[in-house]
Amino acid sequence: MTNFKENEVRTCDTTGLPVCLNAQKFIKMNAVVAVVFLLIGAVAAILLALTRWPSVHLLPADWFYRVLTLHGLNMLIFWILFFEIAILYFCGTTLLKSRLASTKVAWVSFGLMLIGAIMVDVAIFQGNSDVLMTSYMPLKGSPAFYGGIILVAVGTLVGVGNFFGCIYIAKRDKTYEGSMPLVVFGAVAAAIIAVGTLLHGAIVMIPTFLWSMGLIDTVDPGWYRLIWWALGHSSQQVNVCAMVAVWYLISYLAVGAKPLNETVCRAAFVFYILFINIASAHHLLVDPGVGAEWKIWNTSYAMYLAVLASMIHGFTIPAGIESVQRGRGFTQGLFTWVAKLPWKNPGFSAVFLSLVIFGFIGGITGVTLGTQQINIIAHNTLRIPGHFHATVVGGTTLAFMGLAYYVVPLIFQKEYYAKALCRIQPYLFAFGIVLMSVSMSFAGSYGVPRRHWDVEFTGAALGHTFDAGATFWLAGVGLGGTLAFLGMLLFILLTVAAVFFGKSNAGSPMEAWTPPLAPVADEDLEHKTPGAFALVILLLVCFMVYYFANWKALADVWWVR
Amino acid sequence: MPISPPPAGWFRAPEGYERTWVGLALVWCIIMFLAMPYWHFKGKQNSTGEAYKVTPEAFAERTKRFIEQNKTGEKLNGFDVVAPAPGSDVYLLAKMWSYEPAVLKLKKDQQYRLHLSALDLNHGFSLQPMNINFHILPGYDHVITLTPTMAGEYTVVCNEFCGIGHHMMTSRIIVE
Repeated sequence: MTNFKENEVRTCDTTGLPVCLNAQKFIKMNAVVAVVFLLIGAVAAILLALTRWPSVHLLPADWFYRVLTLHGLNMLIFWILFFEIAILYFCGTTLLKSRLASTKVAWVSFGLMLIGAIMVDVAIFQGNSDVLMTSYMPLKGSPAFYGGIILVAVGTLVGVGNFFGCIYIAKRDKTYEGSMPLVVFGAVAAAIIAVGTLLHGAIVMIPTFLWSMGLIDTVDPGWYRLIWWALGHSSQQVNVCAMVAVWYLISYLAVGAKPLNETVCRAAFVFYILFINIASAHHLLVDPGVGAEWKIWNTSYAMYLAVLASMIHGFTIPAGIESVQRGRGFTQGLFTWVAKLPWKNPGFSAVFLSLVIFGFIGGITGVTLGTQQINIIAHNTLRIPGHFHATVVGGTTLAFMGLAYYVVPLIFQKEYYAKALCRIQPYLFAFGIVLMSVSMSFAGSYGVPRRHWDVEFTGAALGHTFDAGATFWLAGVGLGGTLAFLGMLLFILLTVAAVFFGKSNAGSPMEAWTPPLAPVADEDLEHKTPGAFALVILLLVCFMVYYFANWKALADVWWVR
Repeated sequence: MPISPPPAGWFRAPEGYERTWVGLALVWCIIMFLAMPYWHFKGKQNSTGEAYKVTPEAFAERTKRFIEQNKTGEKLNGFDVVAPAPGSDVYLLAKMWSYEPAVLKLKKDQQYRLHLSALDLNHGFSLQPMNINFHILPGYDHVITLTPTMAGEYTVVCNEFCGIGHHMMTSRIIVE
């Protein structure tokens, strides 16, 4: 049954799915604004990378911390939240063959988020909010800074509410039968986690906002860190969920992949919802005031059930791809199906690289550094940003770039120019971000702190000289950062050119990125996936080596308890 | 397919490689979980989070008294060298953008109860090149029981952002 009003819907010429025109408008608006914040964050990123490269050391100290504040908020909050709202509206309407719940609510959400984000950026440039993204109490920013963050959080909550509204009316109007599609299920998981996350944001930011205006005396700094990380880390789990949903979506759109067993995939999303939030504790592993039992239970996400979820998705995605590829006849050996993948399709290559970077670098380092005791040799060193640039940039941002290579032709109905450059872009960006992340990790293992302007300690009465290896790897940070910046700039230029000046494809299917792959009937899907199994075994071996090597490194330091 | 509702009968147990992988991954997760309580009892490096509430003023006062009682009269770069007795309580006050005392002298293989707190903002205790890192919060007396197992000169680096002078915030620990 359909619930569209007249003139409120078009049929996609490529997929045959109905596209709600109201939703399409807000998907476009949120995506465009997301890319604007991505550009701000990217300019900040290159300035930071060139400052941490000791032989360049570009910015002065005050601007380094100001730009670092700008970078964190624009990338981790604004770019990602705006893009995720676009994803939610898409999942809640097109994939459910339903309409947007409320245009007014969508305006309110968009307006609050945009005003809030602008307030924050203006406050940062005014120079009285150099508090970094975490704004740890009692470091004080201006009321506009905290107020802006609150508006963004509330606006996002309103948008998430609109998404739940979409789910409700689709169910009520029976626009689909049976269970909701897997990609929508992933989006719902992301949205549920987002509600918890943003409520914590409100709990911590409202008293902080009042304190910044002098209305209340003080906020306990330990309490602030506890609650802030229920915002700061859980929001990254929203990203994980959204990213995994995008993995499933693109692996279907680009290669026709279908998961072998949706029960397993959905159970993994449920694990995220149930267990992922408590992992925020891993930011407090070397903090005072919280005990060992609390740290161990929480940092393990309740015995690593949320890690299990990611390990499951890390199998189901390649297994789904292998299954359909083998169904096409690419059955030779373990990996012929890999060689025959559409590597020149930037949507696909971005998603596959995102999967590999997230798993092999981001995931392995994250779980290891978040081990209660191992955190002693990692806390606040460059190993931490080395980890999360592999999850949220090499993982989420790269997957979202891949999605853009479909969103622009399908939702904006515009074609990309310079398709050859588009094909290169994911590889360039992935290479840069991998080089930067790995370099950060190595520099951090020499003890180089994160969020630090000068590893030469200029002006310190009792200086310190890091091992020459640290300087070497910091150059890698600068170089990798530069390459990743070029890859990102290329993405932004290509996308802006396509969105605003691209050739319209309205009325005809999008130009395929690669020659279409043969469709495979369900009964021809191969259920044995030895290649995907070999890949995850390789992942497990790398994981174990890295994990135990870190215990060994820990065992070599002074005794402490 | 992932973009349309699953066909009836989708709810079923995993089979084959998928089943094996879920099992393997679960076992690995349990091993990683058990490693932490194991190390808590058997390992020599732990973070127990032992802490007491303290006002910044009271902690500053304790630190001042500690320095008076334990300074050797020796100087390093103009700073008093403070050498507490093995087994005793050691105080390190972090503030924008220095530590008090600036120079600590400890004995190898002796145990010390190191009290960390801050006068103003969040700070870090990052011992280099050993790479031991703990968080310092104002209002909390964070006690870490430390046994230097190697002699040498070490630097404490602040690794939590604390304002424009953050990069100059260091102190020295000498182990003999």
